[in-house]
Amino acid sequence: MNEIVEKVIAGDVRTAARLIRDIDDRMPHVRDILKALYPYTGRAYVIGITGAPGVGKSTLVDRMVSHLRQREKTVGVLAVDPTSPFSGGAILGDRVRMQRHSMDKGVFIRSLATRGHFGGVTQSTRSAIDVLDAMGKDYIIVETVGVGQDEVDVVKSAHTTVIVVIPGMGDDIQAIKAGILEVGDIFLINKADRDGADKTMTDLRLMIDMDQKKYAEGRWKPPILKAQAVFDEGVVELIEAIDRHRAYIEETCGTLRFRQQRRHVREELAQLIKDRLVEEMIGRLIASGEFDQAVDRIADGSLDPYSACDDLVLPHLQI
Amino acid sequence: MTGGRRVRVMVAKPGLDGHDRGARIIARAYRDAGFEVVYSGLHQSPEEIVEAAIQEDVDMIGLSSLAGAHRYLFPRVVELLKENGIDDIIVVGGGIIPEDDIPKMKAAGIKEIFTPGSPLEQIVQWVKDHVTPREV
Repeated sequence: MNEIVEKVIAGDVRTAARLIRDIDDRMPHVRDILKALYPYTGRAYVIGITGAPGVGKSTLVDRMVSHLRQREKTVGVLAVDPTSPFSGGAILGDRVRMQRHSMDKGVFIRSLATRGHFGGVTQSTRSAIDVLDAMGKDYIIVETVGVGQDEVDVVKSAHTTVIVVIPGMGDDIQAIKAGILEVGDIFLINKADRDGADKTMTDLRLMIDMDQKKYAEGRWKPPILKAQAVFDEGVVELIEAIDRHRAYIEETCGTLRFRQQRRHVREELAQLIKDRLVEEMIGRLIASGEFDQAVDRIADGSLDPYSACDDLVLPHLQI
Repeated sequence: MTGGRRVRVMVAKPGLDGHDRGARIIARAYRDAGFEVVYSGLHQSPEEIVEAAIQEDVDMIGLSSLAGAHRYLFPRVVELLKENGIDDIIVVGGGIIPEDDIPKMKAAGIKEIFTPGSPLEQIVQWVKDHVTPREV
């Protein structure tokens, strides 16, 4: 068996850290390693934490890690921060809130940058989860960047998705309505000492209750909890709610593996195929010079981009 | 466009020094140069810094100290990397470092020292010239 695979399974931190970098940098050799690691995955419980910037996700994750460690569970954290669309660089600052765990051998924290949309943050986060899972972490917490369509994609990999909100962000509740209400397994109102916590609670309850039909027949109905993560208030209750959700999943799906239901698998596979094809195709077109020729012609107005796309792609689709 | 190595660096504040404006400005300049910058936050021990650098798989650690404890803290980071069998993470330092200490720092394995007034462009260029992400 591959040496890297062996070391990851044995829990070697440096090897796992380097492998995650290779995944992120899309090094070709990782495909075979991920194939070999896959049979060792499917044991970790994956929790997704999402919500708007500034709602306290990192602080919450920090506290959750403490409680899970008290239960003698090992924890992996993947904290995603945005890549600057201008420079391609990123400042990854989520560790600052998690400093207390830095010397704990039972905790592995890794910061990831979104690196834009092209290339699929979803897939590299998914693969990083597999690495931590194969390392033997009991829990993996994925902390996303602020709310948006992409972050919803990230939490598709989670068994339990926690949506964090704070009082007084009425407009953001509207955003949730449009985007992420469906993916929340648990809603957490953080900074609940602030004015408007009860109103936020009522608003959320109303929206969840509007889906009455969905929760008929014993399906999971997302609880709404209050917390002040910075004072460690409400965090135990959150973990207990996650426990209950886990029990629900295990009962209804049989095993954790099947939580990754068919539609998740479909999407993951479609994404992998898309990434692979796009990478190959654009790579070839750039190497042959066709890509830049087309760019020049579009830029000087002698060709439209739609025809250019057809001209470039269609010849490759003939088998 | 899709893949390829990015330079990953860590900016860390060892010791009890509570001033991190300089470190944040450096972090921002690195970001604008296209690097991925892990910021560790204040009050880190050398042990914590090295552990975080391993977990984050960075190519370089930039240490900032304004409080005078660099003489112990900076070399200790280099030592700990060695103890962990790591020879591919470059360590640089910045902050209020007396002129006399600079040769001692370099002898201890700190690759470069940036003192107050070093232009940001120079600090960024140094990284571009000296830090290459590992190949495999």
